Amino acid sequence: MREVISTGNELAAKAAVEAGARFFGGYPITPSSEVMHESSDLLPKVGGTTIQMEDEIAGISAALGASMSGVKSFTATSGPGISLKAEQIGLGFIAEIPLVIINVMRGGPSTGLPTRVSQADIGQAQYPTHGDYASITLCAGSLTECYTQTVRAFNLAEKYMTPVFMLLDETIGHMHGKADLPGIEEVEAGIVERERFHGEPEDYKPYKAEMNKPAVLNPMFEGYKYHITGLHHGDEGFPTEDAKQCEYNIERLVGKINTVHLENGGLDDEPDYEEVDLEDADICIIAYGSIALGAYEAVKKLRSEGIKAGLFRPIMLWPSPIKRLEEIGKKFENRIMVTELNMGQYSKEIERVIKRNDFTTLLKANGRPIAPAEMVAKVKEMI
Amino acid sequence: MAFNYDKYLRVNKMPTLWCWGCGDGVILKATIRAIEKMGWDMKDVCIVSGIGCSGRFSSYIDCNTVHTTHGRTVAYATGIKLAKPHAHVIVVAGDGDGLAIGGNHTIHGCRRNIDLNFILINNFIYGLTNSQTSPTTPRGMWTVSQKNGNIDPTFNACQLAIGAGASFVARESMTDPKKLEKILVKGFSHKGFSFMDIFSNCHINLGRKNKMVSAMDNLKWIDNITLPLKKWEALSEEEQLNIFPTGVLREVEQEEYCDMYAEIQKAAQGQRPKITQDDFEKKI
Repeated sequence: MREVISTGNELAAKAAVEAGARFFGGYPITPSSEVMHESSDLLPKVGGTTIQMEDEIAGISAALGASMSGVKSFTATSGPGISLKAEQIGLGFIAEIPLVIINVMRGGPSTGLPTRVSQADIGQAQYPTHGDYASITLCAGSLTECYTQTVRAFNLAEKYMTPVFMLLDETIGHMHGKADLPGIEEVEAGIVERERFHGEPEDYKPYKAEMNKPAVLNPMFEGYKYHITGLHHGDEGFPTEDAKQCEYNIERLVGKINTVHLENGGLDDEPDYEEVDLEDADICIIAYGSIALGAYEAVKKLRSEGIKAGLFRPIMLWPSPIKRLEEIGKKFENRIMVTELNMGQYSKEIERVIKRNDFTTLLKANGRPIAPAEMVAKVKEMI
Repeated sequence: MAFNYDKYLRVNKMPTLWCWGCGDGVILKATIRAIEKMGWDMKDVCIVSGIGCSGRFSSYIDCNTVHTTHGRTVAYATGIKLAKPHAHVIVVAGDGDGLAIGGNHTIHGCRRNIDLNFILINNFIYGLTNSQTSPTTPRGMWTVSQKNGNIDPTFNACQLAIGAGASFVARESMTDPKKLEKILVKGFSHKGFSFMDIFSNCHINLGRKNKMVSAMDNLKWIDNITLPLKKWEALSEEEQLNIFPTGVLREVEQEEYCDMYAEIQKAAQGQRPKITQDDFEKKI
């Protein structure tokens, strides 16, 4: 264990470098800029590169280009930046280019509330761009998780050959405090490297992949000459409009994440959610990101008053923890309170999964956090 | 002996999807000959293209090829090159790709002077999508998006590149493939951002309503609007107005971006002092 004093944004940058990232391409935007600031300091020290590009689109494009060159790569932004990057994220999905996209969420839509907290990009993280695909989205609920989940994001990106969203929110990104980090040896032991094809170059078919398996893209400039395109493509990466191939492509892109997640009970060995005092609880609070920090307090306060509350905190938001949510829906029925900093973007997913809409929500979209006292009051209304 | 293009082509991707008589094929062949002259190992070569007819350019050459989104070629190429500075990166973009939707990236690629070889295939029209106005469409010409005649001024791409700071700027047309090859070799040899504005024909979509329905008519028109730099300089200002000079328009030695970033890495690793204003002759 390592004890550090830092901020969420800086911890995310530190995690990226320690997870093996060697390229950052980005553009300044509040409240995420510190990720770039820290990267510009850390990356050259390990032979890596940080470049501030001319706009958000160029930032992610350069990052994707570096990833094609075989270098682990990331970008950081906030909601307006994701909107601008959307088309390139789509190229990342279809061409299967690993990339970590850190989004430090602020109020929206449009310029919205640049310096204030929100969790209103949850829907955007699920479907950031046009077309069909499946997104992997992690959300940090503490300073420690700004580090650990960012490391995980890089490993998932390489394992599944896809852009991965790492969500922070303004509160957690700018929060300054103590964090316990895993030892560097532990982090390095868990690093996932991109799978490679080792056969003869003439036998190499980068996109010839079994259903629900990712493509195997060797780094460029190593003798495996192939084509990368945002068009639908066949086994060798060249454009095609063949109906069967296109259907297979989309089913595979969605299946390599959603089907695998469902069938394997997760995308890796790490927990997709945290539960606090849920076992004997009568009431389940569901919260994620910085709001969960308030929810811990609310659970304590409620319990001190004899109300048996517990917390369910999703860490991987997409794909959502479907199996566990179904169980929670059955156990708690309408005694569930979902609280988030938007107009119910994740509540809708919970409604879809547990197939009931009679649970309670505590929502806020004015750039202010939700205090534990507000959660306590709302839970009391439910009794 | 005839030049063996097959060595460089993805022969099974032939024929190209370009129309018969299209200049893109001439530029493709000149590019291949220039690569051969450079003696580059194809495993170190990357061709990055965008969207439009020129977008398919990358798929025909047997090397590391990337067909990106509309307008973002230079940005992708910047990441590719910075991640692997030893690579020879050629960017191919059309006039719409490189000057309209991707204009910002073109500007900043020039400004950074990163060692990319930028081939602008300039055919004065959006060809693939059937004749919409491009930033280089001459005034008064018919396009499907300006059926009463284009009133937008024509973009002088080389002036833009010079203004933005590209250290190598040249213009040539595909009507003289030998000259074109020479320009490409010069550009490829240059360290820094090489901006090459290559005039090409689109008799199908520029020509069809602008009295250039055959490739030859379109090529003659290109010849009529171009003149080698020396001859162009001898023209009066009024005559210069509607003629584009060809040849190398700017060639200067300037710090290259990847080289400078290597200095940043050295400074960060304590192998040299921090970079200050004293490191630069031109500071502002």
